[in-house]
This record gives sequence, C-alpha cells and structure tokens, in this order.
Amino acid sequence: MTLSWSDPMFRSIVWQVVIIGGFAAIAWYLVSNTSTNLKARRIATGFEFLGRTAGIPIGEHMIDYEPSINTYGYALFVGVLNTLKVSVVGVVLATLLGTLIGILRLSRNWLISKLTASYVEVLRDIPLLLQLLFWYTVLQGLPAARQSFNPVPGVFLSNRGVKLPALNWEAPHLWALAAFVLGCVATHYVGKRADRIQDATGVRPRVWPVALGLLIAVPVAVWAALGAPWSIEWPVLRGFNFQGGLTVSPEYFALLLGLVIYTSAYVAEIVRSGILSVPHGQIEAGGALGLRQGVILRKIILPQALRVIIPPMTSQYLNLTKNSSLAVAIGYQDMVSIANTTLNQTGQAIEGIFMIGLLYLVISLSISLFMNWYNARVALVER
Amino acid sequence: MKRTLASAAGAILATALFAAPAMAQGSGSATIDAIMKRGQLVCGVAGLTAGFSLPDSQGVMRGIDADSCRTVAAAVLGDASKIRFVPTTTTNRFTMLQSGEVDMLYRSTTWTLGREASLGTEFASINFYDGTGFLVKTSTNVKSVKELDGATVCVQPGTSTELAIADYFRVNKMKFTPILMQDLSEIQNAYLAGRCDAYSTDASGLASFRSQQGAKAPEHTLLPEIISKEPLGAMVRKGDDKFFDVVRWTYFATLIAEENGMDSKTIDSFAANTVPEIRRFLGLEGDMGKQLGLDNKWAYNVIKQVGNAAEIWERNITPLGVPRGINNLWTKGGLNYAPPMR
Repeated sequence: MTLSWSDPMFRSIVWQVVIIGGFAAIAWYLVSNTSTNLKARRIATGFEFLGRTAGIPIGEHMIDYEPSINTYGYALFVGVLNTLKVSVVGVVLATLLGTLIGILRLSRNWLISKLTASYVEVLRDIPLLLQLLFWYTVLQGLPAARQSFNPVPGVFLSNRGVKLPALNWEAPHLWALAAFVLGCVATHYVGKRADRIQDATGVRPRVWPVALGLLIAVPVAVWAALGAPWSIEWPVLRGFNFQGGLTVSPEYFALLLGLVIYTSAYVAEIVRSGILSVPHGQIEAGGALGLRQGVILRKIILPQALRVIIPPMTSQYLNLTKNSSLAVAIGYQDMVSIANTTLNQTGQAIEGIFMIGLLYLVISLSISLFMNWYNARVALVER
Repeated sequence: MKRTLASAAGAILATALFAAPAMAQGSGSATIDAIMKRGQLVCGVAGLTAGFSLPDSQGVMRGIDADSCRTVAAAVLGDASKIRFVPTTTTNRFTMLQSGEVDMLYRSTTWTLGREASLGTEFASINFYDGTGFLVKTSTNVKSVKELDGATVCVQPGTSTELAIADYFRVNKMKFTPILMQDLSEIQNAYLAGRCDAYSTDASGLASFRSQQGAKAPEHTLLPEIISKEPLGAMVRKGDDKFFDVVRWTYFATLIAEENGMDSKTIDSFAANTVPEIRRFLGLEGDMGKQLGLDNKWAYNVIKQVGNAAEIWERNITPLGVPRGINNLWTKGGLNYAPPMR
C-alpha cells in the first residue's frame, strides 16, 4: 500500500498528528516558560503548601476544623463540602420550586398563570449577584439576637441567622432511619410485584397500605422498641449569641435563597416546555380511554416530557453549582473563597486557580455523568 | 472577587507568555529603568482607607502610604507628582506586584517571614508599626478582648489579621465565628449592620474607619489590647537590589531629615550648614545619590516635595486621632532608627 494524500485515512491521521503535536507544543511552551519565570521571580511552586498548617479561620464547617491544627488541603476539603452543601440542597429545592411554578404557569386560572409568568420573567432578568446581595441585605436587616423574632417556640430569626431546635441524635434514631431506607427498597419491590400481577391478571393489588406500613409503621415501631428517646436541644440566648440548636447562617441562607429562586425561574420554563411538547391529543385520548388524571400524568405525559426536560435541566444544575462561587460576595466560605484565601496566604496563585478549576471540573462532570445516566434510563425505547 | 480572580488569571497568563525579565542596561535596575522610561512611578495602594490612601474631593490620593509612594517618585524622578496610584485589594496585591503591574506596594502590608520567603517579594521599609486590634459597638459594654469568647468577628480574608486572630483565640482557649468578606466596604457594612460583634484589622485601620463615621464615632470603641505585631511597609520584587536600596534609603532619608530638624519648609535654609551628614544629605558633598544610581539631590527632593517622617505623619495620621507612640524616632522612644548616611 502506498501513502497517498488522496487517501482519506492517511489524511486524517496526518491532521490528527499535526493538531495533537501543535497542542502539546503549546502546552509544553506554557508550562516550561511559566516555571522558568516563576523560578526567575523566586516565587514558590508546587503543592507542598497543601500539607502546611492552614491557620485560616472558617466560619461554617460540616466536619471538625481547627485552623491551628488542620492543613490547607483539609481546609480546601471543608470548602468543597460547603460548596456541595449549597449545591445539592439548591438543586433539589430549585427543581421542586421550578416544577411547581412551571405547572402553575400552565394553569387555566388567569391570575395564577400571570403571576407565575411575571415571577419567571422578573427573576430571569435580574443578575444573580444583585439578587444575592439583596437577600443578604434583607437578612442582615433582621433584628439583633437579643430582639430576635420568635414566630414559633424554639425558632428564632435574627441577623445571626435562623435558629432551630435540634433533635439530640441517638442510636435508636439511626436504626429507625435504617428501617425507613429498607422500607423504601421493599416498597419498590412491592410495586414491581404489583406491576407483574397487573400484567398477568389485569387487576392491580393495592400497594399503598403495604407502603404505609413499610415506610412509617415499621420505623416507628423500631424507634419505640428501642425506648423511644426524644429529647430536643433548644437554642438559648447566652452571651453574644444563641447557644445550642441548629443554625442556618445568613450567608448560607441568602446564597441558597438566591440560587434557588433564580434557578427555579429557568427550571419552570424547562418544565413548561416539556409538558407542552406532549401533543394535547394524547391527553384527550387517554381521557377517552377512561384513564384518571394521575395515570395520564404518570403514564403518558411524564415519560415523554422528561425526555425533553432532562438535557436542559442538566445545564441548569451545572449552572447552579458554578454560580455558587458568587458566595464570595456575601461571605459564605465555599471552595472558591477558601482557595482564594489560600492562594493569597501562600502566594501560589497558579496552583490555587488550577485547583479551583479542577475541583469544579470534577463536580460538574459527576453531575453530567449522573444526569446522562438518568437521561438514558428515561429515554424512549425505540423499536 | 471577580477582579481578584481575573487579575490572578491575568498574572498567570503574563507569567506564562512573557520570556524571562530583560536585564537592563542603564541603571542596572530593571524597575528603575522602566520607571524612567515611563516617566512615572506606578505604586500599588489600598485606595480605601482614610489616613493611608484615599482620594480626596479633588481625586488626589491622600495618606501616609500615598505620601510614602511620592517620596520614591521624588527620589527616582525628581518629581513627586510623577506617579500613578493603582488601587489593589488584599488578595490581588501580591499578584499585581509579582506580575509587574505595579512597581512597588505601599499597601498596609504586614512584613512576615512567609511573605518574604515564598512570594518572590521583599520588604524594603516599615512606614507604620501597627498591631491587630478590635472595634466593638460601645453599646455592647465590652471592655476587653478577653470578653469576646463566642463572638462573631468580621475580618478580611487573605490578611495577616486573619491568622493573628485564630492564634490569639486558640491561645486564650476562646471560640469565635469568623465572617470573611473580600470587599472592605462589604465587611464594614456587615459590622455596622450588626452581623458581627467585633470588627478586626490593624488598629490604625480601625481608627481610620472609626473617624470616617463622623458624628457616630463614639458609638464604636477600640478595645485596648493589641494582639499582634503588624509592621506595615513597602514591598518590592526580589532580584532588583538597586531598586530595593532606593526604596529603603528614601524611607531612611525622611527619618534622617527629621532627626536633623529638616522639613519641607526649612530645608533650603540648611544650604550653608557645615555638618557633613547634612551636606551629604543635600547632595552638596560626596556622591550618595550617585551610589544609589540617582540624582545627587534625591534626598533634598524627597524632603522639599513631600516632607520628613514627622510631617508625613502629622499630615495623614494625626487627624485620625492616633498618637505617634512607637512610630516616633528612636530618640523620642519610638522604633524608627535610620542607619547613618555616609
């Protein structure tokens, strides 16, 4: 075989080699030139600083953190957890709120559909940063701890955040939770069995009494059998601030509120477009067959709408996660904030920025992978 | 923060793209050559703190840091007004200096081992001996830092204050919740809104912030404890020893002038003086300026155009109500001691 330029195989290989070679050359040039210049400027390089004692205080941490003992690497991990805490809760709440708004916008009630339409339009058009600053200012405008609002006993609203009573977590609670998780799995199989019986006989056995028992009665019985412990830790005002109980800080609350409300406007539009993509005739046909509203929604509309909804929804989840980096503006210590402080204390900007990029890439790719897997699951099986 | 990241990213790109710094011909200092060629000193300041660097109603940068920058411009270029001030934040200041966006920093930056060892920068002078302090609302009746156990404290991230407080509270077995915000005005607003019980930064910065409150100043109390040493000074890039010498000796010149009673108004009357150090200072004898690679009248220009250390202090810091204390000359019980000019 002779090598000929008219051979498309040969051409494509040559082009690929040229492009990859060019890319590698540019990458090599950037890396080597950067390290030469850093050396010439006597700026420290490398990732050893991750093992150094951090010393930087962190206000909110989900795991124990002590600035004088823990390292920069650990501090960064605390930041990653803070980012995940706001992103995961944000994604769930934005989906719920957005779906509700999207469905309400399709309502035949004029007032409801117009109200939700203006909700979507107004919130989509105001920059997120502005909304975050707005919510943060509102939360800071709450009274001081000593004069806090106390709408329900044990719940305090002040400029130090929301204080809630906390359940003293004990072993029986853990067992009850385990029973509940097992109940979920069992309910799933009961449902499958009901499907099989329906396929075979045409009659669907009742699932909900079994589900109720598995999901509520069994966990409660487990908890009661283990002594039914029930003690609540109430927040008490002591010294400067409340002690005990759960705290939702104003920074976290403002960030969550801003992200959820902003993203829900986009989610609402996605849900609405998904539902509208199902031809109305199918719903009428379902009605003509005598199916109930709920069955039409679950068996006809949702399976088709989800195919339209999920891909753009993935983008919104990614957006929400990345937008959480605006936390820096209102003092919530997410991973960008902590990486930023780290790079400033150690002076290693290149490593710092590189790690921020890498961590977002990992989180975003994980979300994408999960959503793609889910998308493949709900995709219409074409025969 | 966007600005911070952008400038850090910019700096990375700049370091990545440009080849090694060209060694200069003329003065033997790349920085001085660049300043000469530009006809302007580019000095990084905070641009936000009264008494240190804050533009006045005419847009002219005022403060001890601004004037310290001017002394360097007067020494190098012979004209204190040939200067451009670049406002920097606590997080982008080092990258701005490393990447050459500014020639030097006078930005209330604390001299620490870590910063000198790993940033590729060094400190040429200390123009303010400071320490970490705490400001609280007078209405809280807190009289000492020791009473702040469990308090929420507003701090700017990326500062040495941040590290000093963490150490202090740990040593005293006290707990605190930090609230960290990049933007100085955001963190001050959070304190004013009552989000934090205390606002902590260098005591001078607190005095400056308190005086900015005008009639409401008595509502805030500066706690008596100073919990750390914070020597603030000029930062330059490593590897340009000539420029380092100029910045350091320009600062010493303001001290030597004060020691000898020379200030911007009286310096001309010293022309006939016979004391050798004063004659060397004025460039009438010897070649002190030439040895530094400057005009022989460099020190005269500094004092004539900007003033000596006492004048700079009185012009900028005295209005804040901060006593000079340890910032006095060594002869008056302070820490300022200049080696001899000979």
